[in-house]
Amino acid sequence: MSPSVPLQEMIRAIRSARTQCEERGVIQRECAAIRAQFRQADNGGRSHNLAKLLYVHMLGYPAHFGQMECVRMIASPRYSEKRVGYLGAMMLLDEKQDASLLITNSIKNDLSNSNQYIQSLALCTLACMGSAEMCRDLAPEIDRLLRASNSYIKKKAALCAVHIVRKVHDLGELFTKAARSLLTEKNHGVVHGAVVLITELCERNSETLERFRKTVPDLVQIMKGLVISGYSPDHDVAGISDPFLQVRILRLLRILGRNNEGASDAMNDLLAQVATNTDSTKTVGNAVLYETVLTVLDIKSESGLRVLAVNILGRFLLNNDRNIRYIAMTSLQKIVGTDHNAVQRHRGTIVDCLKDQDASVKRRALDLSLALVSASNIRSMMKELLSFLSSCPPELRSQTASGIFNAAERYAPSQRWHIDTILHVLTTAGGDVRDETVPNLIQLITNTSELHCYTVHKLYRALLSDISQQPLVQVACWCIGEYGDLLLRGECQETEPVQVTEDDVLDVLETVLQSHMSFPSTRGFALTATMKLSTRITENVDRIRSIVSIYGSCIDVELQQRAVEYNALFKKYDHMSLFCSAAICIWMHLNNVQSAGLSPPLCGVSQVCDLLDLLGGSEQPLQPSPALGSTAPPMPVSTANTVGGDLLDLLGGLEPTPITLLFKRLMHSPWLNTDLKLMQPSTLSVFSVVATVTVYEKDGVTVTLSCEKQSDSGLTVTLTASNSTESDIRGFTLQAAVPKSVQLHMKAPSGDSLPARGAAKVTQMVVLNNPNKVA
Amino acid sequence: MRFMLLFSRQGKLRLQKWFTSMSDREKKKIIRDMTTMVLARQPRSCNFMQWKDLKIVYKRYASLYFCLGVESQENELLALEIIHRYVELLDKYFGNVCELDIIFNFEKAYFILDEFLMGGEVQETSKQIVNRSIEASDMLQEVRFTDMHQTLQDDRLE
Repeated sequence: MSPSVPLQEMIRAIRSARTQCEERGVIQRECAAIRAQFRQADNGGRSHNLAKLLYVHMLGYPAHFGQMECVRMIASPRYSEKRVGYLGAMMLLDEKQDASLLITNSIKNDLSNSNQYIQSLALCTLACMGSAEMCRDLAPEIDRLLRASNSYIKKKAALCAVHIVRKVHDLGELFTKAARSLLTEKNHGVVHGAVVLITELCERNSETLERFRKTVPDLVQIMKGLVISGYSPDHDVAGISDPFLQVRILRLLRILGRNNEGASDAMNDLLAQVATNTDSTKTVGNAVLYETVLTVLDIKSESGLRVLAVNILGRFLLNNDRNIRYIAMTSLQKIVGTDHNAVQRHRGTIVDCLKDQDASVKRRALDLSLALVSASNIRSMMKELLSFLSSCPPELRSQTASGIFNAAERYAPSQRWHIDTILHVLTTAGGDVRDETVPNLIQLITNTSELHCYTVHKLYRALLSDISQQPLVQVACWCIGEYGDLLLRGECQETEPVQVTEDDVLDVLETVLQSHMSFPSTRGFALTATMKLSTRITENVDRIRSIVSIYGSCIDVELQQRAVEYNALFKKYDHMSLFCSAAICIWMHLNNVQSAGLSPPLCGVSQVCDLLDLLGGSEQPLQPSPALGSTAPPMPVSTANTVGGDLLDLLGGLEPTPITLLFKRLMHSPWLNTDLKLMQPSTLSVFSVVATVTVYEKDGVTVTLSCEKQSDSGLTVTLTASNSTESDIRGFTLQAAVPKSVQLHMKAPSGDSLPARGAAKVTQMVVLNNPNKVA
Repeated sequence: MRFMLLFSRQGKLRLQKWFTSMSDREKKKIIRDMTTMVLARQPRSCNFMQWKDLKIVYKRYASLYFCLGVESQENELLALEIIHRYVELLDKYFGNVCELDIIFNFEKAYFILDEFLMGGEVQETSKQIVNRSIEASDMLQEVRFTDMHQTLQDDRLE
């Protein structure tokens, strides 16, 4: 072989350039020289110049000015120039360039050249970059070559036909007959080409597939020949005779046997033979076994063969070679749905692969492990998955976390286990969980009332050790706010209780509030929790007040708003704090309900019912709502009129104290507009108790209002007026207006004059009926 | 098979063969992605990776990485064998092939590849036949004159 010196000199020059800049300089000079050479008349060094240009192109520099030169070189009679010209065409031209059409004619001529190497160049180039038009033009030529040429050309023509079929599907018809006859040839290259062509034709067209089913016996015959025959030096690879051909035949058999009993039966014996006789010590043997397994699992094979295939995969799983384990898991993933029990048998090995060093293997093992979790193995699988979570690579963490949550939700053996698992995940990978984890967990804790004590103790401990995992901190704050009394009581059945004082608990919450690691939403949780504790603790209310008032001037608007409102509650309604907390809870709960998309009946009624006990005067602690979620939305102020809409008109003129504000919000809540049947009577009676409100207080006249629900659509409002001035007020009447959908019936007032100094009160009943339950 | 790339440990491209039509920009992006992904792998890891809808099969021989992008229904283990076969062909041709051989004789590397693979598929499964074809083509290149009809008739392989 003669080295092309000019080319190598240039390569040397480029490589010796020490900087990028220097290299660019060399290349620019060379390209200029090459361009000059191209413009000159034919000289002996044309191929060298083009080769240089191709090298420059490979380094990433522009080389499009060489396209026309390629076209010219291809047309040259000299083989060396043709060769480089075709190479250039494959590298610089693709079907999108216009210049590619110009070589169609050259290719056509070269396809009929008497020299097979020139034919081969043309075939190769057509198969590499032939556009659809070129393919259509030259397809008949290819077909001719498929039938009448030597084996060297036939094998190349077959692969060229494959390219043509991929580009222009309709032309498949043209090659069907020739493909069929090529199967009978002796030459391996030709048979291989034929198998590839037939595979391509069958994948594209189901009719063709039907026709080629008849070739199954022939293919089986060829395979048998390969498997059983003795050593063939030409095609042997580590003891396997022509593995490339074997794999392609197996793939074609797979396509032909899919969904077809007859074809599948015909190949059963062969597949069993290949599966048992193939030597699996080297990669090449495993490649053939792998293809066999894929084929067995895809066709309608008999059960014995299927078991054999899965066992082979099981053996692969135990192989030392990582590649083999990887492909075993990929294959098992495909059949875990259909042959679940068979795959379950190998669960132990798969779980062991979670501990493999390799990232690809780990990923496959994770996918497969998650698919294998079931009710019977949930405990042991979860142990493995949780330990995997603590050591897995960062890119797999969120997938693992969500997989664990899904599995826990479906198969949790007990509530406590479920909560423990979620807490474990939050502790290990808190940063990678999805947003809805926090409300979901809160929901879960709320519903497991028997574990409140256990949960709050656990979360408190977790909070003491680490406040960096935001979802965990948020849930913990909420829990402490809710069940702080259980924590302070210091007794717990399920776990070792902590002995804490109120100061300790407040310390923890304050730390969260002040920590730079806490998100604003987390701070919101902490502040609300602090506030809620004011109803549960007895000694440190002042401390709570001071904490809350500090945040009244916080930069974060959300926190500031909350702090200011809580402050107001402290100042004005000290004696009513208990009651107000209840009201706040209903309000926040309602807001949370519709913002978090949770269904009202589930969350609302049971808690609100408990409020009755409270408002009945007992000192039982509240069972109030979940805290304002991290999804803190703007207040959903709807302008729809509710049953109590008319009350608002009365309330309208008042100073917006927190209690009226929240009452307004209550009334405006769209949730109330839902079918009232959903609300149990107790809820509305709560509202009736809640709604004893002073609605007008001016010049000594005080009007209060209270509601009582009579029926599904009826409400009785009692208006009570009193006079604290020195003189009587005569001619006192109350008027009310309602929207058209509501019927109003004002009963007679008890009197029309208000005696002085609140000696007596005037009451008037107003019956409201909302028959259409219009919002 | 969609593409074959050869690159050095420093990420310099030594050979690129594309079996489907792609824009220059796409090709450059794939080259960047492949070099980044493959060079980031640990020494004794699995040779297979998932990238978009393709399976990437790579193997390192001395200072060169051979990287194939194959489709999802193709056999990865066989792809490893294909890489190995190509290296064997190069080795036979150059005699103890090393990266420099491929750098200074890149066009020969392409010619050998074009005798082994075509349109993304294996063309010839016998090493000897591929070697003989290359040798014959090289001989042809030496001959200056165009009328070689007679010589070639004798050479024609059956």
